[in-house]
Amino acid sequence: MCRMSSESPVVADRATLLRRLRQVLPTHCLLVEDEDLRPYECDGLTAYREMPLAVCLPENEGQVVDVLRTCHQLGVPVVARGAGTGLSGGAMPHAAGVVLSLARFNRILAVDRDSRTAVVQPGVRNLAVSEAAAPYGLYYAPDPSSQIACTIGGNVAENSGGVHCLKYGLTVHNVLRIRMVSIEGEIFEIGSAAPDAPGYDLLALCIGSEGLLGVVTEVTVKLVPKPELAQVVMASFDDVAKAGDAVAAIIAAGIIPAGLEMMDKPATAAVEPFVKAGYDLDAAAILLCESDGTPEEVAEEIARVRAVLTASGARDLRVSQSEAERLRFWAGRKAAFPAVGRITPDYYCMDGTIPRKRLAEMLAAIAAMERKYGLRCANVFHAGDGNLHPLIMYDMSLPGDWEKAEAFGAEILELSVALGGSITGEHGVGIEKIKQMCVQYATPELETFHAVKAAFDDKRLLNPEKAVPSLHRCAEYGRMHVHRGELKFPDLERF
Amino acid sequence: MTRDEIVAAIRAAHAGRTPLRLRGAGSKDFYGGLLAGEVLDLSGHRGIVAYEPTELYLTAKCGTPLAEIEATLAEHGQMLAFEPPHFSANLTVDRDISAKTGATLGGCLAAGLAGPRRMQAGAVRDFVLGVTLVDGRGQVLDFGGRVMKNVAGYDVSRLIAGSLGTLGAIAEATLKVLPKPVAETTLAFACAADEAVRRLNDWGAQPLPLSAAFWHDGRLLLRLSGAAAAVDAARRRLGGELTVDAEKTWISVREQTHPAFAATPLWRVALPSTAPALAVDGLAAIEWGGALRWYAGDIDAATIRAAATAAGGHATLYRAPESLRCRVDPFTPLAPALLALHRRLKKVFDPAGILNPGRLYAEF
Ligand SMILES: Cc1cc2nc3c(=O)[nH]c(=O)nc-3n(C[C@H](O)[C@H](O)[C@@H](O)COP(=O)(O)OP(=O)(O)OC[C@H]3O[C@@H](n4cnc5c(N)ncnc54)[C@H](O)[C@@H]3O)c2cc1C
Ligand SMILES: Cc1cc2nc3c(=O)[nH]c(=O)nc-3n(C[C@H](O)[C@H](O)[C@H](O)COP(=O)(O)OP(=O)(O)OC[C@H]3O[C@@H](n4cnc5c(N)ncnc54)[C@H](O)[C@@H]3O)c2cc1C
Repeated sequence: MCRMSSESPVVADRATLLRRLRQVLPTHCLLVEDEDLRPYECDGLTAYREMPLAVCLPENEGQVVDVLRTCHQLGVPVVARGAGTGLSGGAMPHAAGVVLSLARFNRILAVDRDSRTAVVQPGVRNLAVSEAAAPYGLYYAPDPSSQIACTIGGNVAENSGGVHCLKYGLTVHNVLRIRMVSIEGEIFEIGSAAPDAPGYDLLALCIGSEGLLGVVTEVTVKLVPKPELAQVVMASFDDVAKAGDAVAAIIAAGIIPAGLEMMDKPATAAVEPFVKAGYDLDAAAILLCESDGTPEEVAEEIARVRAVLTASGARDLRVSQSEAERLRFWAGRKAAFPAVGRITPDYYCMDGTIPRKRLAEMLAAIAAMERKYGLRCANVFHAGDGNLHPLIMYDMSLPGDWEKAEAFGAEILELSVALGGSITGEHGVGIEKIKQMCVQYATPELETFHAVKAAFDDKRLLNPEKAVPSLHRCAEYGRMHVHRGELKFPDLERF
Repeated sequence: MTRDEIVAAIRAAHAGRTPLRLRGAGSKDFYGGLLAGEVLDLSGHRGIVAYEPTELYLTAKCGTPLAEIEATLAEHGQMLAFEPPHFSANLTVDRDISAKTGATLGGCLAAGLAGPRRMQAGAVRDFVLGVTLVDGRGQVLDFGGRVMKNVAGYDVSRLIAGSLGTLGAIAEATLKVLPKPVAETTLAFACAADEAVRRLNDWGAQPLPLSAAFWHDGRLLLRLSGAAAAVDAARRRLGGELTVDAEKTWISVREQTHPAFAATPLWRVALPSTAPALAVDGLAAIEWGGALRWYAGDIDAATIRAAATAAGGHATLYRAPESLRCRVDPFTPLAPALLALHRRLKKVFDPAGILNPGRLYAEF
């Protein structure tokens, strides 16, 4: 386990901080005892832990403003937190800072059928938004697999995606407006229910900013009409390369499916006993391809998808015949992480993106890495948009195992960049991929990121030491920046 | 023109504190604040750099005409889904020869304005995957990339969309492209403006393959796009009158050669789609499912701005004679805290304030 060492000096002593926080928060909104702080010491990336000085649980925006102002005055770091399901350590506390939990901002303020919008507080769970919209025949499209637990605030901070993002977009495409409090306690209205708000597109800048630019206190999301029908085709392949090519062939045929996901054999093997989805356990890979729309449209698209998949060498095709069956096919995919969690003491989830056509190459490279590090890896992908989630299995209790898993993961991410992709498609950089940022970006871009941060938070108190590495840190890491895969990757010969 | 030449020009301007006016094809010279500075013509930096239909992206240099990009995409049955205008046909002011090619990619991104398919497909920024920017110091910066999902670092490429060249010259950009719909049909309905807004919102909340709407002078046009079966089913369900030659009409809406846009001053009012009619005369057209409403004629600027703001939207003085443009800000003024933030961001990218000063807001 890694205790993070802090780069910034402790500015205010803890007693002063707590005294000042007690002036602005009622007792039940402030946690200070170790046993109360413990649940906050990590997020979904459990390998990294840190205890905060205190946890604030404000109940209204005025309290958020007061907490932020107080911390700004005292020079105390603040880490915002939703449900703590993040997978990159974004909500991991700062040893000299406070955690600002938005858990009590859990109200849906409005759902409007005609304008197809909902106004929600940031602590509302992703799925709760769709549930509230359901009576109107509407839903909120981005659907992370963690949707029963993760919050809209966390989704905004990470620009989260889900299995339907290929057709319906990421969080950035589905949020119309946010209300955000700066570290100085200033309130900004960013975006609007009307299109194309005047000025710079700060909404695009703030979505995916990992809690570094401000604390979100309200979100207006776009809702979309629930399609009349959705059906999913499940195809099995005896070769992962063929499955990868089938993905490109579907896109080449002019089809943008509602979802296009892939799982390799180790992943289906882990999932099947757990959810009994009916996956073909002999297949090297399975593809799930969803079509939605009117019944006529779905029938037409499914026929085209079947033809493409057959031509691409699928050895078996099944089309869901009922809503229950469709959900069962998806249940396996959505439960892939916890299912893998049942067959290994610990797993480490990666999140690189690559051009779709490099999928087979990446899988071969991962297989070689499994041998190199002596660790197993199951692969699930948002194949339609080239977003990979290799799940590296390790055992935290074995000395050296985590270090191996971490090196394995770093190698996957750096290869993603070398193949023309990115180190993170939806989970964020957080603390986890901070070194790989040095590979993806060169000094001038990193300097620009720091300057953008300073335009919002010049004391660098919001989620410090996350998301954007200091140049000093990159120099220490000593890895070369690779530009869109154009520079030759030094390690590529190995594969 | 090479990227190095753009860099050299901006470095020189930065050193000499010379304001620059970035220009693609000049098709949007009428838009935004009054033009200032020495022209830096970017139309010579042109050409498609990469296009992979199965990866759904296209990379091109900023001076590439949209017409060239769209022709290339069409060969593979693909399109720019935000349906940007080219503004090549409706030149209202004398222009040099380069304007004949119509809008460039750089100008399109910098203006950030999408066409009729906006409500269905999304805004310009929704399709930006990556940008190579030459900032106000002449530094070359690469943001984003060519993959669909990328959350590493702040999303600067999308921030650049709509920044009207005030944060840097876009040297090159990568856009997400989409397959063209298989079928497209346009229906017409006779109705008053209020009824059009009501119907558009009601249809919008249903799973219908709507892709554009245009109301003008008592007639509502509704475009359906998608799978043939879906378009057919929707057409039967919605009724209305089938229109011929609809494609030409949609081009005239996109290019604003339609008579609805002829009068000046022309105000572009963005609203929540359900907003009731503004207490302002001169409604010329409605687009985007009710969310974009055009007003023309002698309208008091403060009145229309106040009405739009009260309804949760904003009003842009879109096309107007210079005598009006020098008195009225083109865009709705920002709240003080937001304006201060804009100025800090402007400083990050253009510390000397040389790029398109005043094009977006007079303050920077
Ligand atoms: C008033 C107006 C209304 C519009 N309305 C619509 C609409 O309703 N629907 C729609 O879809 N589109 C609309 N557009 C978008 C526009 O028509 C074109 O899409 C646009 O791309 C024009 O390109 P251009 O090359 O002529 O740009 P120009 O007119 O030459 O430049 C436009 C802006 O972009 C800047 N610029 C140009 N090139 C670059 C570059 N490489 N880097 C940085 N900045 C640059 C310029 O400085 C200027 O601020 C509108 C544009 C304007 C001006
Ligand atoms: C089993 C599992 C499956 C997952 N599947 C997916 C998936 O399919 N797609 C996907 O994209 N992600 C997925 N994730 C990752 C995670 O669920 C998302 O990143 C989610 O958006 C995090 O939400 P949260 O509320 O848990 O945020 P947290 O983990 O609490 O915080 C995440 C980040 O957001 C910041 N933050 C939180 N709230 C605010 C706020 N109000 N204002 C400002 N900053 C804030 C935090 O500081 C932190 O940096 C998965 C995670 C798990 C455990």
